[in-house]
Amino acid sequence: MTPRVVFPNKLLPYLLVAPQLAITLVFFYWPAAQALYQSMLKEDPFGLKSKFVWFDNFKKVLADPNYLHSIKVTVVFSVATAAVAMIVALLLAVMAEKVVRSKGFYRTLLIWPYAVAPAIAGMLFLFLFNPSIGSLAILLRKMGIAWDPVLNGTDAMVLLVAAAAWKQISYNFLFFVAGLQAIPKTLIEAAAIDGAREAKRFWTIVFPLLAPTTFFLLVINTTYAFFDTFGIVHAVTGGGPGKATETLVYKVYNDGFVNLILGSSAAQSVILMIIVIALTAIQFRYVERKVHYG
Amino acid sequence: MATVDLKDVRKVYPGGVEAVKGVSIAIPDKELCVLVGPSGCGKSTLLRMIAGLETISSGTCAIDGKVVNAVGPTERDIAMVFQNYALYPHMKVYDNMAYGLRNRGTPKDEIDSRVRSTAKVLELSHLLDRRPRELSGGQRQRVAMGRAIVRNPKVFLFDEPLSNLDAKLRGQMRVEIKNLQRSLGVTSVYVTHDQLEAMTLADILVVMNAGLVEQMGAPLDIYEKPASTFVASFIGAPPMNLLAIAAKPNSPVDTAEKVLANGEGLEISAPAHAATLGFRPEDADVISEGTTGSLKLSATVEAVEPVGAESFLYCAAAGGRIVVRVSGRAAAKPGDQLKVMVPAGKLHWFDSTGKRV
Repeated sequence: MTPRVVFPNKLLPYLLVAPQLAITLVFFYWPAAQALYQSMLKEDPFGLKSKFVWFDNFKKVLADPNYLHSIKVTVVFSVATAAVAMIVALLLAVMAEKVVRSKGFYRTLLIWPYAVAPAIAGMLFLFLFNPSIGSLAILLRKMGIAWDPVLNGTDAMVLLVAAAAWKQISYNFLFFVAGLQAIPKTLIEAAAIDGAREAKRFWTIVFPLLAPTTFFLLVINTTYAFFDTFGIVHAVTGGGPGKATETLVYKVYNDGFVNLILGSSAAQSVILMIIVIALTAIQFRYVERKVHYG
Repeated sequence: MATVDLKDVRKVYPGGVEAVKGVSIAIPDKELCVLVGPSGCGKSTLLRMIAGLETISSGTCAIDGKVVNAVGPTERDIAMVFQNYALYPHMKVYDNMAYGLRNRGTPKDEIDSRVRSTAKVLELSHLLDRRPRELSGGQRQRVAMGRAIVRNPKVFLFDEPLSNLDAKLRGQMRVEIKNLQRSLGVTSVYVTHDQLEAMTLADILVVMNAGLVEQMGAPLDIYEKPASTFVASFIGAPPMNLLAIAAKPNSPVDTAEKVLANGEGLEISAPAHAATLGFRPEDADVISEGTTGSLKLSATVEAVEPVGAESFLYCAAAGGRIVVRVSGRAAAKPGDQLKVMVPAGKLHWFDSTGKRV
């Protein structure tokens, strides 16, 4: 235990935390409070007058079948993205660990995609899989797959998941590589001597010991898929076809800034806020406890 | 139960570093072979090659008469105790011990009875539900031993298993390992850099240096007849005293008349090519009058180390520092001038390359 530092001056500690507090207040709490306030207002499309309506907006949003559909889309999208991004990254990390020569070179190459901005990643996938001009779309069609993300909702979702996961794989890869390196080599050797073959060693020793990393990435990836994929959705599908890929975040934007239903949009973002808080709390309360060994 | 046969085993790492330069050791069934040497002498590499954790660059390693060069560690039927124990941190003690048996498809009730009986032998029964992080160093060490024993393998491999324990526990575990190994009758290879551990545990002692075997044999034979100055200074604590000697001025190089570094004659005849003479601290006596047929040296006491039952006198003598053991309390104090006598039969002679003559 480090000894507690006590400031002789009563005012100094407050002054020291003040800048951080100010930033948090101005950039996080104020907008959040604004959103909360706005979610209880009903405003005409021209912004000329508004009326305080308590929870009417929430009632309306939660009763809206479009909103419920959007929740379903978001869950499917998030689970699929997190799963794909983490499984592929783990596979790549395990493979990259096994490379003997020029390990660093492979690793660097695998980390690069993370430097690509989400919207640009979206555009890449949009072009590659565009049903009329995309080079990969042509390949798919030649293989006999009727690929059309512009008209088919499932195809659009697959494309979106691919684009969103692709970008996250590098990030996950980096953490899995670090996690793998932190596992003492003698443990693997002891398991080998104990008669466990490679696959068995992975599932009984490596994977359980990676649990803290996996858990951390699960939190990061779900949050990413839930909230940070606006750019990709916007670039790749724009929520279409026919709302098939309209996630909650995208709907907030669409209702607020395109359809100008500000009250409803604000109510939706408050709901999103509650979902984030709940998700994080659940993950840390119930999952984290079981995954640290020390 | 099995024999272990190493024939001209070499290890060359990519990049050209030769860690093991042709080692041949034959370990009979049920015997404990200790590999001892300074760090970097290739003893751990050799052990890892027997385990199958390192490939063998050339030569053969045979377990129970079968060459296992191409057999992976999984199929060699060996058990290893690691220096850091390598216990699976996410498994309870019970599962740590059962892991190897489960992997080999042992029936559940047999696993249970074997784990419990092994735990009983090692006094681990009350710890079976704990995780490794909840155990002390000594307990972890026992679990690592238990994990090896429970499998009943052909060969035990120990990689400096006691070096993370405190001195007292190390002494206890040393005795325990020896007893266990003897009662189980499992052929074992034990790597250590501690010469005391090596001396007390070994049936066969292998002293290694720079990737080669310096000397191999029964511990006491090695102690009494070290094959080189390296072995002489490595085995025994405090190590053997070594003094440089030279031919008497104006005589042929291979004369029996030698002188110490200060030009003093030896009074006894030395082998022709001897360049170093050695004697154990306990073979030297502090005397007032010398008897004939023994080596006499004058020395100045620099430090006295009382250990209790005996004391060590660290002295400066012609041609180097020497240590003399006297029993009980030492009468000498730093600065005293002493005469030291060593019987001729207790002297060891080495040539200029360090080999025994």
